[in-house]
Amino acid sequence: MIDKLRGCWELFTVFFRIGLFTFGGGFAMMPLIEREVVEVRGWAKQDEILDIFALAQSVPGAIGINTAVFIGRRLYGLAGASAAIVGVITPSVIIILIIAHLFAQFQSNLYVTRAFSGVKASVIGLIAAAALRAARGAVRDRFGLVIAAAAFALSVFSSLSVVWVMVLGGLSGILYYRQRGAGK
Amino acid sequence: MILLKLFVTFFKIGLFTIGGGYAMLALIRQEIVRHGWLTVQEFVDIVGIAEMTPGPIAVNAATFVGYRTAGLGGALLATAGVALPSLISVIAVSYVWEKYKTSKTVQNMFAGIRPIVAGLVGAAAVMVGTATFEALASVSHILLTIVLAGVTFYGVAFRKWDPIKLILASALAGLLLFR
Repeated sequence: MIDKLRGCWELFTVFFRIGLFTFGGGFAMMPLIEREVVEVRGWAKQDEILDIFALAQSVPGAIGINTAVFIGRRLYGLAGASAAIVGVITPSVIIILIIAHLFAQFQSNLYVTRAFSGVKASVIGLIAAAALRAARGAVRDRFGLVIAAAAFALSVFSSLSVVWVMVLGGLSGILYYRQRGAGK
Repeated sequence: MILLKLFVTFFKIGLFTIGGGYAMLALIRQEIVRHGWLTVQEFVDIVGIAEMTPGPIAVNAATFVGYRTAGLGGALLATAGVALPSLISVIAVSYVWEKYKTSKTVQNMFAGIRPIVAGLVGAAAVMVGTATFEALASVSHILLTIVLAGVTFYGVAFRKWDPIKLILASALAGLLLFR
């Protein structure tokens, strides 16, 4: 009981920190989550976190929140999921309420704009690094390379929903690897 | 019953969005215009602030719209509404996943799905990069952006540098050098 309570508090603080330092949405959150969850805490293995990111993008809800719920549930069930979700959204709520209430001119403040320009540049690097790290873990053969390239092209050049891209990829994975397994 | 309506509307928005916060913004815009909660200009301002503040974009937008529409209670209920579908859908899916992830078919399926994540995130990097660079006005801003993006990329992809420290350092660099 005490262990579970302590574990949930840890989940809350870890996801609070992740929520506090993520700019630019769920994709930019991936390196922060990977570092905390895989490298620092050992809550998931490297290839598991890729599956979790994939699932988080394929079900309803924001990616960052979905990933938090995934990790939280796997550690401490519903209590863990709730701790992680409250952790990841609390910084947003506090900061937005302060800004909505006090700083009507937040967006046009010179210092805010300058600091944000730096953050925006950094976010490009973060997302690109997340892509490379995902590719390193996920693309293991020529088939994987074709799938990654197809997903990239569909995402940039078409408006096909992520769900269908995932379904297509899952089906081709089943067909391709079953056939290859049978051929051996 | 504005509070209930906010909750239900944002629950619906969370439930029908797959693939992240940016996809959600279109739906939020549609709903607030339909209900007449905010003007389009107010919505545009809120999106700007949601992008500039930390946290999931969908949560930032929900909190802000809720607050502007019905004060603190509105903020909390809109946020709860947008987050709750995650709790339900992820718990259902992760239960099935933990149960079947060792099956051969499911493993093959994920061997086909994992590279997609790499492709989608790569596409996001290109699109975010393009949008950011298109908005830059001067050569020095472009150079500074390349340096900050490059250092972050190098540190996170090839070294084990802490992303949080890189973000803070970039904010500081922006504060001092973006003029």
